[in-house]
Parts: sequence; structure tokens; C-alpha cells
Amino acid sequence: MELQLTLFLPLVGSILLLFINRENEDLIKKTAFGTSILALFTSIWLYSSFDSSNPDFQFMLDVSWIPAIDAGFRIGIDGMSMLMIMLTTFITPIAIMCSFDSIKKRHKEYYTMVLLLQFGMTGVFASLDLFLFYIFWEIILIPMYFIIGIWGGKDRLYATVKFFLFTVVGSLFMLIAIIWMGYYVGTEILAMDSGFTTNFIAIREVSSQIPFDLQQWLFLAFGLSFFIKVPLFPFHTWLPDAHTEAPTAGSVLLAGVLLKMGTYGLVRFNLDLFPEASIHYADIVSVLAVIGIIYGALVAMIQTDIKRLVAYTSVSHLGFVVLGIFSMTETGLQGAIIQMVSHGLSTGMLFLMIGMLYERRHTRAIIDYGGIAKVMPQHAAFFGIAMFSSIGLPMLNGFIGEYLILLGAFESEVLGSYWYTLFGTTGVVFAAVYLLWMYQRVFLGKIDNPENKKLKDINRFEWSMLVPIVIFIVWIGVYPRTFLSISEQSTEKLVKKIETVYAPMKVELEK
Amino acid sequence: MIELIKFVPLFPILGFLFLALFGSRIKNSERVAAVLASLMVFISFAITVAVFFEFSASDGSVVKVLIYEWISAGDFSVNISYQVDQLSLFFTLIITGIGFLIHIYSIGYMKGDKRFYLFFAYLNLFIFMMLNLVLSSNFLLTFLGWEGVGLASYLLIGFWYDQKFEGFRITWTGDAANKAFIVNRIGDFGFLIAMFLIFVTFGTLEYTDVMSSVMADSGALMGTGLMLAITLFMFLGCTGKSAQIPLAGWLPDAMAGPSSVSALIHAATMVTAGIFLIARNSALFALSPDTMMIVAYVGAGTALLAASIGMVQDDIKKVLAYSTVSQLGFMFAALGIGAFSAGLFHTMTHAFFKALLFLAAGSVIHGMHHQQNIKKMGNLRKYMPTTYWTFLIGTMAIAGIPFFSGFFSKDEILWQAYNTNNLPIYVMLVIAAIFTAFYMFRLLYLTFHGKERFDASHHTPHESPKSMTFVLISLAGLAALGGFLNVPFALYSFLGLEHVSFVNNWLAPIFADANTILGISALHELHAIEYILMAVATALAVISWMVAKNWYLSDSSWSMPGKLVAKFPVLYKTLLEKWYLDNGYYSAIVEPLLKGSKQILWRRIDVGIVDGIVNGLGTVTKRLGNVVRRMQTGIAQTYATVMVLGILLIIFLMVF
Repeated sequence: MELQLTLFLPLVGSILLLFINRENEDLIKKTAFGTSILALFTSIWLYSSFDSSNPDFQFMLDVSWIPAIDAGFRIGIDGMSMLMIMLTTFITPIAIMCSFDSIKKRHKEYYTMVLLLQFGMTGVFASLDLFLFYIFWEIILIPMYFIIGIWGGKDRLYATVKFFLFTVVGSLFMLIAIIWMGYYVGTEILAMDSGFTTNFIAIREVSSQIPFDLQQWLFLAFGLSFFIKVPLFPFHTWLPDAHTEAPTAGSVLLAGVLLKMGTYGLVRFNLDLFPEASIHYADIVSVLAVIGIIYGALVAMIQTDIKRLVAYTSVSHLGFVVLGIFSMTETGLQGAIIQMVSHGLSTGMLFLMIGMLYERRHTRAIIDYGGIAKVMPQHAAFFGIAMFSSIGLPMLNGFIGEYLILLGAFESEVLGSYWYTLFGTTGVVFAAVYLLWMYQRVFLGKIDNPENKKLKDINRFEWSMLVPIVIFIVWIGVYPRTFLSISEQSTEKLVKKIETVYAPMKVELEK
Repeated sequence: MIELIKFVPLFPILGFLFLALFGSRIKNSERVAAVLASLMVFISFAITVAVFFEFSASDGSVVKVLIYEWISAGDFSVNISYQVDQLSLFFTLIITGIGFLIHIYSIGYMKGDKRFYLFFAYLNLFIFMMLNLVLSSNFLLTFLGWEGVGLASYLLIGFWYDQKFEGFRITWTGDAANKAFIVNRIGDFGFLIAMFLIFVTFGTLEYTDVMSSVMADSGALMGTGLMLAITLFMFLGCTGKSAQIPLAGWLPDAMAGPSSVSALIHAATMVTAGIFLIARNSALFALSPDTMMIVAYVGAGTALLAASIGMVQDDIKKVLAYSTVSQLGFMFAALGIGAFSAGLFHTMTHAFFKALLFLAAGSVIHGMHHQQNIKKMGNLRKYMPTTYWTFLIGTMAIAGIPFFSGFFSKDEILWQAYNTNNLPIYVMLVIAAIFTAFYMFRLLYLTFHGKERFDASHHTPHESPKSMTFVLISLAGLAALGGFLNVPFALYSFLGLEHVSFVNNWLAPIFADANTILGISALHELHAIEYILMAVATALAVISWMVAKNWYLSDSSWSMPGKLVAKFPVLYKTLLEKWYLDNGYYSAIVEPLLKGSKQILWRRIDVGIVDGIVNGLGTVTKRLGNVVRRMQTGIAQTYATVMVLGILLIIFLMVF
């Protein structure tokens, strides 16, 4: 019940919005915000009845839907999905709040889209059926396309088309893989009457019987779709454009939640369904991840547009997450999961605060700023916290994930080399470089541009968006047990499964 | 009772949280902030003293205090927990003791600053982080403190963020803060890798557990590539935090911060973190003779290089900054040759006299209304006698004039270098010591003696308030007498003293393992040569002093230095430009990295290749679409024709 409520509340909200007069902006905003807060509360309820010591899926629901292809409305969550759903329900209200003043047209459509987006994101994290998963995955495209395309910046059209094309190409491959696998498992392995299945749990149980060469193709097809979403180098070029052109809330949701759908998919499907193929491709993917870490950082360093700079940092940070996933150690995977949450908070907050600057000054060029700390000391302080969280300063959230990921990759038997961590760790150095340089140019020094002299510091309303994020940034950094323990059991189960698959492979390799 | 150590870091963090959150809303915030922040550090100091006496009375075995489990994932687990032993108490006493004095000093120094409360909040934050660094029972919590002091240092260097600061490619104080943080991060890279190696090898990050596995297996680990890698990466971390070559460049620029910050962070405490780390892991370093050698040479080389730069600087704080780099080099050299307690003893005396010198310099700057150029000072002893006398004591101490604290500690290092047959190290350090005496007395004479080279009618220099001079006098006492805590063996009988080698004895258990590995016995034989070396070092220091006096005091036109500059212009320029180290880094690393990122990675790969392919695919699709579009003519007849043709084709295929 808790899970269904959390999932469908946003959809109900977005339908409700359709019945509100478009002139009544206030009611539209209140309804949207109220819905998202309600969803937040139901997700807290969900968490309180969630049993962290149980490694299996919980709150399972299995309703038959299209018997011909054995597709069902199957949902359920484990530790990782729990964390991702909490992240979604936490970020969405903040994203809605930050739109109140910054969105100036078509309010009704906008908030409908945002709630629809939340519905899609929650659905992705809760689906236990490949058909259902695919539908949620694609649902997200529509609101995101419009959010960037209608309420975005100057070059929004180019950005939306690019975003759409990249993602659609990825999804097509995933669709082919789902059909292929559904057919193979339904006919060849389970010999079902339907001859086809999309039941994740059923497939997972027999996935080891899929022959290795087919596993490889399926891995690549699923993988491509997720790699684009993450985005993994070299599939990342849609991201800077989409981030730069999206309205603040779009960027916040994109960085905060959407990118994690890719890394979530990698763990949920690639690792769990095709462990053999995952081990086989682990080194190639990890090399790309490490390239992404360094590449994203270096390119971020030379950006002149604040938003684009932070967008490139996502490429770098998500590279860490992918490295952690493909280390296939419990340390690395736990690090990757906590890093997904951390990145959502810190980068989400950075975009949020850049949005606040943009609202006041209407420019994203770093050169237009300078000495802002003098007129907006509180903003500068909050930005500093988000920045140091993103840099990975111990005691704040970013450090926990990065450290566990690098350690996991270091001790990983599957990767079997220290070089991944050695190169990956340089990303920690570069992170300080690009963010501190930007901070210096934007906030420190003297105000030399007269237009900046009269900027107002953040108000109470803006405080109320930032404080909750800061609380979690510090909480995760100081006492990460709260969050690590949620996904601990399910991660351990997955790693055990991979280890049993890896043991015979290792023997063969040693020969 | 020893358990109380857990409250030592607690009070400073409470002070930080309170001031950072509510400081701006308190009326009379200056008084509240000053009292609160200082009180927090004082309580920590008092607890430390109590624990110290309790611990001295115990059998001296390590006491651990668990706070809570911090991170755990898979086989990795690490706690927030503190370790009380001789080493952590040694540093905790210095940090809280000197830290408290510097808090008191700052009350006067920062008076009237708009963000007075924030300054004290940051100071408290620094103390908290520094305490975690030294009290931690494992590598990761030390790393937390390590990064945390870096953060505090960043915040305090850039505290006056809207002021200009001159340096190589630096225009604002914030640039200097960035440089400090970033250069330190390069060191942290080394620290992180060393930690990964240690965890993978020993399965734990707890100091005591690592050391016991090391000692159980010391024979097999001796001189292995693994130990070399661990210690070298760790040493890279140390060169960052303690400003040694190759990561030395940030410290002189860190002088952009207020003087009390320079005294606390960039002289007495934070920069000695590298010394602490090596001392904490002395057994690991002892197992890698190559690393020890590198540490010794890097230390001695840095000592010499920085001292040579110090001789030509005109900014009072920059001279002291290079002096700090140089003195840290002495300490590393001592560690590298296996004279661990000599290195730590120098860390302690240096904390006394360098904190004193920086604070006295701050008093000068305060009195001179932010003038820092010593060529524009002169005869200040007339205006600020207390500052003068205390500065003189600090100078005597650092120059190694007999029976001031620096004399004992520096001589111990020199003697050990000689005694362990490290002659090149010995020679380098002796030359560095000569330079040290020269630049310090040059600084003294230019600042406090000679003609007034400022416009006294325009602004009269004034002595600093009592709260500041009180601190100067306290530190002067320590700088003068601190050396007697560890009178070298050769002087016991000479001075007719009892066995008072207090620091050596106190730290002996910490270095017992390392000394066992290195085969150093605690017994000290008396050598006649030790007296000779002592006499030579003293004579050289005094000669150096006299040279400085002749050049800068007796000759008011400074003709001799002028002639030398004219005669060796290249050498002078090289020293003035700090051996072109910053320039080298910039053109060898920073510039190519930026250019490469912009031209190749972004413009070519990102926008050129990847986007090119995608956009190219788009164009192809569009063209294809154009071709396909032509088929959609909208004319029913055409469609029908095509359909009929298609059906015919299918029938044809099915039949044949």
C-alpha cells in the first residue's frame, strides 16, 4: 500500500492539475507542491515499514496485465530502490519550490510535467517487470523533453532534440534486448504457454541458463541504454547541453535523479541478470569510467559558463559511480549507491544555487560575476558547503562514496589492477581545481561589475530549500550508517551471486 | 579519566557550530565570540593536561576510546575513535596550548573586523580538525582531520577575500587560498593511495593493528617494493601538508591570511602534520631504507633551498614563511636519518619560537598599519619595545644561539646527522643553519634597528594591546627555556645537570619499533666530537649574525648586499624568483593541462568528434527522410500501383 501510494500520488496530482483553471496559478502551485510533499510523507512511511535486514524485494505486487506476453504490473523494492525512491521524493518538492518564481509561463502544463516526471522516476525504481520498466523509462522522456523544450534557455531546441535522440537510440536497443530475452527465456528456458515473459523475478532466477554469447549481446544492448543515461564517456555530450538549457528545476531533477536511473539500471539488470557478461566487460567499462572521471574534470576546468561547468562535473562524478559498480565488490557497490544519493544532493544543490544567481543576474557567464560573497554572504556560504561536498571533503557526503568506490576498485578481483584507482583518484585532485577556481571567480575578490552591487542575499523561502539538503549532506558524511545499512543486505546478496559466478571463471583464467 | 580525551575535540566543534550558526545574530558578538572560542580551546587544554598527568602515572600503554562506527561496507570498517599515547598527547598539548594563546592574541589582532565572530569560528574549526588528525586511532580519521585542517586553512587564508595579494599568478587572497588547497590535494592523492595499499595489505586501517602486523612480519617486509610504495605515497602526502619540495610553493602564499593564522596554522601546528604522520608510522618508514633516504634528502634540500630564498625577501611574513619551510626541512631530515625524537623535539621548539616570531611580526604589522615591507621599517624598537624584545628572543632561538630552545633541538639534529654518517645531509643542514642566522638577524636589524624609513609624522607606530603582548611574553618564555626539556646527552655532565632528556624519554615507546628495525640502541655514548660540532655550529651562527650586523646595522646604506647583488645578478634574481619553482610548475603542468583540455579534449573530442558523429548521423537521417518523403506523394493512384506491385512480388516469391 505504501509503495503504491508513493508511486501513484504524483500521477493523481498531475491529473488533478488538469482540472484546475489555468488562471489560478496559486492553486496550481499549491496542488503540485502539496502532492510532492504528500509523496514525501508516504515514502517516509514506506521507509519506516521497510525491513533493511531483508535482502529480497519487499512490498511486492504482481497484477496480471497482458497475459499474451506475460507482462504484469509487478512492483517491489529492495535497499537500493528504497534509497533511490527516497531521493526522488526528497528532490522533487525542492525542484517544485524553486520553480515558483522562475517559471513564468504555462504553469499548469509545467507542474503537470514535473509530477508526471516524478511518477516516471518512481516507477523506474519500483518496477519488477521489464515491460513496465520500459514504459516508465520512456514516460520520463516526454515531460523532460517539454521541460527543456518549453521552459528552457536560448538554445533549448538543439538541446532537447539532442537529449531526445541520444536517449531514444539507447532505449531502442533496450527494447530489442527485452524482446529478445523475453522470447528466449519464455520459450527456450521456461517453455511457457505465452512463449514470452517480462517477469523480472522469473527471468533473474534462470538468467544463468542464457548462453554466454547471447548474454553478451543482451549486456551490450541494456548497457548502451544505461551508459547513455549515466552518461558514460563517450556518450556524454547530450548532458552539458541539456543541463545548460534546462530550467533550474530541470537541471536539479536531471542531476538529482534522472542520471541515477542509468546507474540503477546497470546494477539492477546488467549485474544481476548477466553477471558473467558483466565480469567479461568489467575492464572495458571501468576504463571508460576512469576516462570519464578525468575527462569530465579536465573539460569542466576550462568552462566559462557556470552551469556547463557543473554539468561536466556530473560526467566526472558519475564515472566514479560506474567504476564502483563494475568493481563488483561490496565496498565498491555500496560506495556507488551512496554516491548516487550524494551526487543527487550536492549537484542538485549546486544547480539550485546557480539558479538563484541566474534569477538575480540573468547570466551564466562566470566572467560577469566576482566578489558576490560581499553582497550575498549567505548564498556564498551555502554554495561553499555544496562545493566542498562535491569536492569530497571528509565529514560531508561526497567523501564516503568516493572513498568506498576507490577502495572497492582497488581491492577488486574482477578488475585485478591498481591502475583504475590510481587514475581515478586524480579525479579527487581535479575536483578541487575546477570548483575552487570557479568559486574564486564568482564569489571572492572585489565586486568590479556595478550590476552586482545591488544583488539581494537569499531570502527565507530559499533558505527553506537549502537547509534540508545541507542536513543530509552532513548526515551522510558524519553518520553514513543510516544510509549504508539500507542497501547493505541487498548489495551483499548481489555480490555473493557474482562471486559464485566468478569462482569458476577465475579457475579457468588461472589456467 | 583518560577516557575524557573524547571531550577534547568536542568543545572546539561546539564553539564552531555555535558561532557559525548564530554568530551574526548576537549583539556584542565580538566579546561573546572571543570569550566563547578561547574558552572552548582552554577547556580542551585543561582536559589534555589532566589526561597527560593521568597517563604519565599509568604504565604508558595505548588507551583507545571508541566514539562510534563511522563507515562500514563489505570487509571494510572504520571507527571514529581516539588513541591516547605519548605521541598524540605530545601534539595535543602543543595544539591546545599554543592554540589557546593564539586565540587570546587574535582578540586584539582582529579587533573591529566585520566578521570577527566568523574568524573565531574558523579557528575553533581548525583546532577541532587538528585534534582529530593527531588523536585518531586510524588512518581514515587522521585523513579527515588532514583534509579538515586544509579546509580551515583555505577559509582563513582567504578570510579577507576582497583584498589583493601579490604572488606568482596570484592577485587575490582567494587565489592563494586556492593554491594552498589544491597543492595539498595533490599530496592527499598520495595519502589516499597509501591508505588503499595499507588496507589491501593488512586488512585494517587501525594504527595499532597495522603496526603489530608489520612488526610480526618485519623480516619479510624489509625493503620490499610494497613498503617503498606505501611510504613514498604517504610521504607525498607529507610534502603537501608540510610544504616540502616538490609541493612547497603554497606556504609562502598562504601568508595572505591574518598573522595569527600564519602563526597557528602555517607555523606551529598544521604544517607539522607531515612530521606527525611519519612519526606515527615510523615503523613502516624504517622498513623502507630507500624512502628514509629520500625523506632525509628532500628535507635537507628543502631546508637549504628555502633558507637561501629567505635571505633576499623583503616582506616580513614571507621571510618567516620561507624560514618555516626551511625548518620543516630540518625536521624531515631528522626523521629521514632515523633521529625521530630529535625531529619531534625540533617540532616542539619550532612551534614555540616560530609562533612567537609570527605573532611578533603580526604585532609589527598591526603597529605599522599593514605595512609589511621591512625596507620601509627601521628603529621600531623605540615604538614597540615588548615586541622587539620578544622578537629578539625568537631570533636567538631559531638562529641557534646557545641555551635558547632552538640551539638544543637543531644541534641534536646536526649531531645525529653526523653520527649516522650522513655527511652530505650534515653539510646541507649546517649551511642552511648559517643562512638561517643571517636572514633572521637581517630581518631583526632592518625591522627594529637603524634609521626610521617610514613617515613617523604621518602615522606613528604603536605597541600592541596587552592581550597581544601577554601572549608574546608567554611564548618568549617558552622559546627561551623550552630547550631544557631535552638537554642533549653531551651536556648533562657539562652543565652538571641530572638526566633531563624529557622529550626523548617520553617518546621512546613510540619509536621503539622503528629503532628495533633500524638497530638503533637507546644507549648514548659520549663523544668528544660532539662538543666540537656544537662549538662549530655555534661559531658559524654567531659569525653569520655578525655579518648581518655589519651589513645591515653598521652600514646604513647597505652597500655590501648592494655590491653582491650587482656582482651576482643572476643568482640574486634566482633567489628572488624562488628558484623559478612556481614558474616551472606553471609552464610545465598547469598551462599545458589547461590548453590541452580546452583545445583537444573539449573543442576537438567533445564538440568535434563525438558531437560530430551524432550530428552527422542526424544529417544522414534527415537526408534519408528526404528521400523517403518523396514516396509520400499523397496521390492515391501511385499508392495503389505500388501496392499492386508489392502483392505481385509476394505472390511471385511464394509460388517460386
